[in-house]
Amino acid sequence: MSVDAATVRRIAHLARIAVAEDEVEHLRGELNAILAFVEQLSEVDVEGVEPMTSVIPMAMKKRPDEVTDGGIPDDILKNAPAAQDGFFVVPKVVE
Amino acid sequence: MFATEDVRTTAGSHILDGFQPTYESTVTAKLWRDGAVMLGKLNNDEFAMGSSNETSVFGPTISPWRRKGANTPLVPGGSSGGSAAAVAAGLCLGATGTDTGGSIRQPAAFTGIVGIKPTYGRCSRWGIVAYASSLDQAGPLARTVRDAAILLTSMAGHDPKDTTSVDRPVPNYEAAIGKSIKGMRIGIPKEYRVEGMTGEIDKLWEQGAQWLKAAGAEIVAVSLPHTKYALPAYYIVAPAEASSNLARYDGVRYGLRVGGRDIADMYQNTRARGFGKEVRRRIMIGTYVLSAGYYDAYYLRAQKVRTLIKRDFEQVFAEGVDAILAPATPSAAFGVGEKGSADPIEMYLNDVFTVTVNMAGLPGIAVPGGLSADGLPLGLQLVGRPFDEETLFSLAHVVEQAAGRFSPERWW
Repeated sequence: MSVDAATVRRIAHLARIAVAEDEVEHLRGELNAILAFVEQLSEVDVEGVEPMTSVIPMAMKKRPDEVTDGGIPDDILKNAPAAQDGFFVVPKVVE
Repeated sequence: MFATEDVRTTAGSHILDGFQPTYESTVTAKLWRDGAVMLGKLNNDEFAMGSSNETSVFGPTISPWRRKGANTPLVPGGSSGGSAAAVAAGLCLGATGTDTGGSIRQPAAFTGIVGIKPTYGRCSRWGIVAYASSLDQAGPLARTVRDAAILLTSMAGHDPKDTTSVDRPVPNYEAAIGKSIKGMRIGIPKEYRVEGMTGEIDKLWEQGAQWLKAAGAEIVAVSLPHTKYALPAYYIVAPAEASSNLARYDGVRYGLRVGGRDIADMYQNTRARGFGKEVRRRIMIGTYVLSAGYYDAYYLRAQKVRTLIKRDFEQVFAEGVDAILAPATPSAAFGVGEKGSADPIEMYLNDVFTVTVNMAGLPGIAVPGGLSADGLPLGLQLVGRPFDEETLFSLAHVVEQAAGRFSPERWW
């Protein structure tokens, strides 16, 4: 399988990465090189093989559903590019 | 890659500009608990994506090693290139690294030091910048096998904050050093004799087997038939997980923000400016293979292939093999700018011997075995059963005793 320019733009949009029009062709070539490389997996017989979902077989660990931390809004906001009154600030999202 | 409280932690990326964690990663906290002292933070490929340390926003790390009679700057390998270079140059006794496809073992091999990727789940991933969560593991890089064992004993252990960390006691790995390897069965996988591997590497591999045999081990030929599919499967699984993990970098909670017309525009501009080329490439591949209509053909198939790769190892271990011996890399270190600029796959092939181990979740150690004709370090790799790092330390110590240690000539 290989991707065309429209697909490159669609992937970039899904990934929320702005891609300039003059970069599309170059990116298309790179992505197709990687897709051609992974294409060899299609020759593997995977009939009846379970996909790996857990690297080390073990039951999912669970803990009681209770609050174990909190009260650290200053820590959480410390690295925010914009914060005000205990909130993250983003560009206006409603009219 | 490791969150260090109040000390800038950027994963080598512009998008984490100025990020100062308010918490400490579990692995580094354990090291400080045991008396280790942090001298500084080291360079690495951006988000650990690379095999040469050239994708870091801070620029490449230069290896302390040079080819005999030349002063061409060489890469220290990657992604933990800064860690490997600093240890090899004697700037510190040990360093931490993360290994998703070979990022501890390949730079250790390129710089003539010891590096171990423990079994998946052995070290907590909490507080480590995530790349591909089902593959990432932390481990030490050190000048000797003993130092690596001491460091891993401190770093390993259960952590309730990482659900994939395993609750089982941590052995005293140092006690495995010097233990007899008599009667151990060492597998030599025929599929690791790959095209493009230099004759020197082949010779080194043979020499390594001889050293282990001389110490009483039994050398047996084994087969890992799905080896050649590990790298292509990795380049589906790792980017897929990366595209999900790196979705958090949106210019809202930390790091870089680049403004835009509206919030979506701000996200897109921030991510376009903040991510380097290799990271962008992997996010886009990951986004594509997870997108509607392609998930089964790519991601699901790769996860099935992963099961087969793991099964190969399980069969070999079930036949009574205690560990597998292979080269760590297909060649010695290369020059800065020499590889991967035209074709990303050329760079990816560096990890052909290490990536299988991540796919199967197994422990692997790289230990220096000798020097190339150019005078550059070459490394051997030993791969063990899950949670049998002790056997790897015993075997690696035998190699170290036989091969000796290697230090670069000081020019800096």
